[in-house]
Amino acid sequence: MLKDQDRIFQNLYNDLGSDLTSAQKRGDWVNTKEITDKGRDWIINEIKDSQLRGRGGAGFPTGLKWSFAPKEVGSRPHYLVINGDESEPGTCKDRDILRFEPHKLIEGCLITSYAIQAHVCYIYIRGEYFVDGQKLQAAIDEAYEKKLIGKNASGTGWDLDIYIHYGAGAYICGEETALLESIEGNKGQPRLKPPFPALIGLYGCPTIINNVETIAVVPTILRRGGKWFASLGREKNTGTKIFCISGNVNNPCNVEEEMNIPLKELIEVHAGGVIGGWDNLQAVIPGGSSMPLIPKEKCETLTMDFDSLVAEKSGLGTAGVVVINKDQDIIKCMARIARFYKHESCGQCTPCREGSGWMWRMLERMARGEASKDEIEMLGDVTKQIEGHTICAFGEGSSWPVQGLLRHFKDEIKKRNNFDPIVKETQNIPYLVDQHLLDKNA
Amino acid sequence: MSLKRPAKDQPEHFEFNSSSLDAANKIILKYPKGKQQSAVMALLYIAQKQNNNWIPLVAMKYIAKLLNMPYIKVYEVATFYSMFNLSPVGKYFIQVCTTTPCMIRGAGKLVEACKEKISEKESELLPDKNCSWMEVECLGACVTAPMMQINDDYFEDLDKEKTLEILDKILNDKMPKPGSYRGRVNNEPESGRKTLMELKNA
Repeated sequence: MLKDQDRIFQNLYNDLGSDLTSAQKRGDWVNTKEITDKGRDWIINEIKDSQLRGRGGAGFPTGLKWSFAPKEVGSRPHYLVINGDESEPGTCKDRDILRFEPHKLIEGCLITSYAIQAHVCYIYIRGEYFVDGQKLQAAIDEAYEKKLIGKNASGTGWDLDIYIHYGAGAYICGEETALLESIEGNKGQPRLKPPFPALIGLYGCPTIINNVETIAVVPTILRRGGKWFASLGREKNTGTKIFCISGNVNNPCNVEEEMNIPLKELIEVHAGGVIGGWDNLQAVIPGGSSMPLIPKEKCETLTMDFDSLVAEKSGLGTAGVVVINKDQDIIKCMARIARFYKHESCGQCTPCREGSGWMWRMLERMARGEASKDEIEMLGDVTKQIEGHTICAFGEGSSWPVQGLLRHFKDEIKKRNNFDPIVKETQNIPYLVDQHLLDKNA
Repeated sequence: MSLKRPAKDQPEHFEFNSSSLDAANKIILKYPKGKQQSAVMALLYIAQKQNNNWIPLVAMKYIAKLLNMPYIKVYEVATFYSMFNLSPVGKYFIQVCTTTPCMIRGAGKLVEACKEKISEKESELLPDKNCSWMEVECLGACVTAPMMQINDDYFEDLDKEKTLEILDKILNDKMPKPGSYRGRVNNEPESGRKTLMELKNA
């Protein structure tokens, strides 16, 4: 288990209070100027050395992303945008940062803005987190008052304004270009990439977009050094991560742990075990609903980091671990996830808009046992036709969970679904257009 | 993308009252000059708050004029995002999360409770009731599932009994206490916490 002093989010459970004074006691804002005085290149290199990967789902190396921002500010200003549109089912980590560790985020915003030369930072928070957003706003106001941000922020000579922009219940706005569209006052439909936002982003200006958790860990990494962060976890999957363990466990919780922690340890030690005991485990969704589920046999030895989960044909995603035990109907669980994607598809690309509905309807029928055996293959086919044929990664996100179900629980579906489309000859249906269906020997 | 239709009965006139206008002007200043369109979502929220939690078409036209943008673009935004209500909802607007993490912890029971107490149908506002309910997708409180949102507040760690209690209070026009209904103040494990023990109850 990770040592307590190596945990970045000391106030994850709000034992200490989230106000500025308590945050300063925990080490936030103490020597921000010293950090920025070391220069932009040092900051970006230190983040590169730490091998920090984005915490929003895709796991893109953060230092590398920052280095894509133009070195000199031209005629267009740079922007920093923080993605707090946390809507992935199974994930509720950013909410705890917004309400209990807002100053880690705000300080991270200042340092990052300095590193990428942005004077304005927008924090995009999902509309449902209004109350938590108000807490962040209070922290921002506090920081302005103490001159930690604003003109000559924290005495660094850098001007920074931070604004909150609320979303309004669209999951797709967590996709970075859809989020930019949303800030610009349009409906949240993703843009084609390239051009990437680092060059042409918000209002056509260079923009760096990072997840709340990614930015909130930045000040601690710079204080304790990239080497310290890199010493946790394993190569290319370093540092700590907040895991959200929900579903059929005795004590669902958020916990900050080292990358590469065994899944079994997360569930048994931190979440109090599976309801009904470990043997009652059916499957685990390891990284939020977009990631394919993993059956029990593999959960015994699985470790939680980006690369080891990719090796299992799944992914760490947002590290929202959803535990499903044997009391649940796995097909129904996945049908509900498919309904989520059907509801949240932005409607821009046809394969996703139509296909997400197809997958949902087929899975609902399979859960009721009303599908034919052929349809199982057809469902796999539908997922393949969505995946890779859409502008953004939503297509993958909606088809991967279904593919995971087909990969690991095909027998279960086959057992339940025996619908035979051949119409029995005893039934005389003269108006049936497809007369060949009546022919049993065909 | 959800199917939403504007209400049949639309008011004829809408404009911001002075406090709404103040708030709107402050928000427009957050964005660069000439990019006032960015404020459209925030302004729709303000309109929704001022107009009993729903947005009439005239309000969209008003906002379009205020931000100097085409009405259709405001309409587009208002219909795209699920949190903008285009027809009247209850004074207490109840949203029950039924996505998988909540579903496997018994969100169905919460829906049952809503059906018993409020109305059989979703999004139906009965004339003698002060609240309406609907099923929504993940609200991002999966660790404290099942949960629901009433207006701005989250009600977490629920079961059917507790939901019925909450709904009883609401039907008597009293706002119940938000937060966890099993006494949690955060997302720590309910028992057997293993981390940051030195800080516990500090």
